[in-house]
Amino acid sequence: MGAQAHTDGGHHDHELGFVKRWLFSTNHKDIGTLYLIFAMVGGVVGGFLSMGIRAELAEPGMQIFVNEHMFNTFSTAHGLIMIFFMIMPSLFGGFGNWIMPLMIGAPDMAFPRLNNISFWLMPPALSLLIISLFVEGPSGMNGAGVGWTVYPPHSTSGHPGPAVDFAILALHLGGASSILSSINFITTIFNMRAPGMTLHKMPLFVWSILVTAFLLLLAMPVLAGGITMLLMDRNFATTFFDPAGGGDPVLYQHLFWFFGHPEVYVIILPGFGIVSQVVSTFSKKPVFGYLGMAYAMVAIGAIGFVVWAHHMYTAGLSLDTQAYFLAATMVIAVPTGIKIFSWIATMWGGSIRFDTPMLFAIGFIFLFTFGGVTGVVLANPGIDRALHDTVYVVAHFHYTMSIGALFTLFTGWYYWFPKMTGYMYNEFLGKVHFWLIFIGVNVTFFPMHFSGLAGMPRRIPDYPDAYAGWNMISSAGAWITILGMAVFFYAMVQAFMRKRVAGDNPWGEGATTMEWSLPSPPAFHSFEHLPKVK
Amino acid sequence: MSVFKGMGLFSLVTGFSALMTGGATAAEHVTGQPYKWQLGFQEQATAVGRQMSSFHDFVLVIITLVTIFVVLLLAYVIWKFNEKANPVPSKTSHNTMIEVIWTVVPILVLLVITIPSFRLLFAQYDFPKADVVIKATGNQWYWSYEYPDADGMSFDALMLRDDDNKPIKGPDNAPRTLAVDNYVVVPVNKNVELLITASDVIHAWAIPAFTVKVDAIPGRVIKTWFNADRIGTYYGQCSELCGKDHGYMPIAVKVVSQADYEAWLVKAKKEYASAAPVRWKNAKTQLAAARVAIQK
Repeated sequence: MGAQAHTDGGHHDHELGFVKRWLFSTNHKDIGTLYLIFAMVGGVVGGFLSMGIRAELAEPGMQIFVNEHMFNTFSTAHGLIMIFFMIMPSLFGGFGNWIMPLMIGAPDMAFPRLNNISFWLMPPALSLLIISLFVEGPSGMNGAGVGWTVYPPHSTSGHPGPAVDFAILALHLGGASSILSSINFITTIFNMRAPGMTLHKMPLFVWSILVTAFLLLLAMPVLAGGITMLLMDRNFATTFFDPAGGGDPVLYQHLFWFFGHPEVYVIILPGFGIVSQVVSTFSKKPVFGYLGMAYAMVAIGAIGFVVWAHHMYTAGLSLDTQAYFLAATMVIAVPTGIKIFSWIATMWGGSIRFDTPMLFAIGFIFLFTFGGVTGVVLANPGIDRALHDTVYVVAHFHYTMSIGALFTLFTGWYYWFPKMTGYMYNEFLGKVHFWLIFIGVNVTFFPMHFSGLAGMPRRIPDYPDAYAGWNMISSAGAWITILGMAVFFYAMVQAFMRKRVAGDNPWGEGATTMEWSLPSPPAFHSFEHLPKVK
Repeated sequence: MSVFKGMGLFSLVTGFSALMTGGATAAEHVTGQPYKWQLGFQEQATAVGRQMSSFHDFVLVIITLVTIFVVLLLAYVIWKFNEKANPVPSKTSHNTMIEVIWTVVPILVLLVITIPSFRLLFAQYDFPKADVVIKATGNQWYWSYEYPDADGMSFDALMLRDDDNKPIKGPDNAPRTLAVDNYVVVPVNKNVELLITASDVIHAWAIPAFTVKVDAIPGRVIKTWFNADRIGTYYGQCSELCGKDHGYMPIAVKVVSQADYEAWLVKAKKEYASAAPVRWKNAKTQLAAARVAIQK
């Protein structure tokens, strides 16, 4: 591999003042850094909201909130912030920007200015969402307590105040940002690969970003259409979703989930890519079944578009519709299984190092297997009739696209931290972080399977006393998780204070992708000469 | 003991078995509502519900085996192929046969799940001839019921609250946040057809012990049915986020004998005809109404 960076390129950073370098940034690495910092802010806000939820649910009765509506606003904002302002900006925006161009030998993104606005749409979006917590929603109460799905008529006639408008505009800005960055990623990957970097030689992380970008490009406009109609129903007396004017609330659900189901793959696919890189690196083996892995992601993305109504089994769909969505949903388990087995096969015969990134990757495979099999349970409309809208669903999706995605985020973070900063984190603290958070999330979410089977609905702040036991345990798990996160932030601060030099490639022979041939951190313009891939 | 059916399987997975069965005996469990440290479904009171529950147990066995298989594989590679045990990594990156196997075998397993799943789905949608028809309307935040064949008799069911508006237990020891003033009463072993709709936002009518859950959507009437074959009181909760008191609009159904049902109809027609539907009663009247309802 002929990737060779000029070593004196670092002086470019100093040529730019703070405002020019960060606010007007057109550099993929700086924008990636901004995305990652932004995601941390989102994660802290979203994490604070989830602690509010768990504190409230620790015991039956009302504990901490002034009223039940406030609980709804917390769970709504928690969901929206974690999805749109934590997971997406970090896995897709952050690592996609920082690492993907390095992996394909591109000097930068195809549209650097578009990249700038993609990021700078995000802080206003988050601000709008946070403002929505403090303006009137239902008469006399603040905030949008509509759930992240924003179903009408609860989000229209049920929330006369402007809180839902703020939330919708936040989603509009976030959605526009995602569409613009997807256009940028697709163009970059198709046109700016180094000579010799054919599609079938691209690292799997690049594949995952490519598939994710297509999903966003196709799904986000549908969400935008749906929530625009919602905005018009709210403010301009249209009746798209109002039966009194010939509209239909279920139409919104179809539009939302046509976006919403691909969205869960938007969240997890970059994570699949990261885990593939990390498992291969730390096993010191190439990825097993590379083509199968790449096309499994393409298949998951494609099938992900035709299964949306499995979120609506209780909405009165006809029998034949439910039968179709049952069959289609089952199919998704096949490419997902291919991925799980291929990761294990990559480790098979390897010489595995258990550094923190690898621990998080294995932890992810474990969590995703657990959450994946409960997905097979929920795919059956006959069983979903019992489990729909119970906390069993909450357990399922946290194991997969929430905590699962978070684990891939930490996998990537610890893996690329030395590359991005030039410093090495403390391995012991990383491991403590892993074990605390791994135990914490399992203690939090595993008991939800039990209360869900017993019938406990989700999105309620107070519950029948019989559910008290498992909820108390879940809340205890949340505290363990928070402790783990405290260790994480301490480990990061410590890494920047100690300034242990990481070197170009701290992971050794297994790290074969192009970013490891560059200095840590790479120069402002990564590649002086166009690298050639053999 | 069928109460422990779903639970026993989960115990295998979690190893909680001794703790759980030791902590709670079947006698303490009241059917039709959750109990402490419950691990599985509520005991099902309909044939369709039992079919669902046993199908779930079947799927649970499969997913448990799959999970154990994956975890064992992970444990094996961690033990066998760590840096110390295996310093020189292999270079294998392809094996067509194994890739075909892990594509085809999951397809077969999914087929084995899908076939009984279709059977269950079709059973749920196999509407029998209705013996009793009830219309349920979701409102923020209570349910209205109408018996169209009983001279259109209608009444509201509200959660029991104390004077501070806090949810309380019912006089018959009905659980907090599930206790209501007026129960839906249906005869045992009869086909009950439910017509479900809503007046304001989307709600969902659910009774876990019947495996019934249907969204109540304004502008639509969605039909479902159940045939409860055990006398008792069954509780459920609104299952679609509907605003502030979403957690406070329980659903309560009394399944009684045909004779008791007919006697109740006579009384109820009189009582609910005279009293106009009351939306927000004060706590005392509400509690009094509940006491009367229980005696019926």
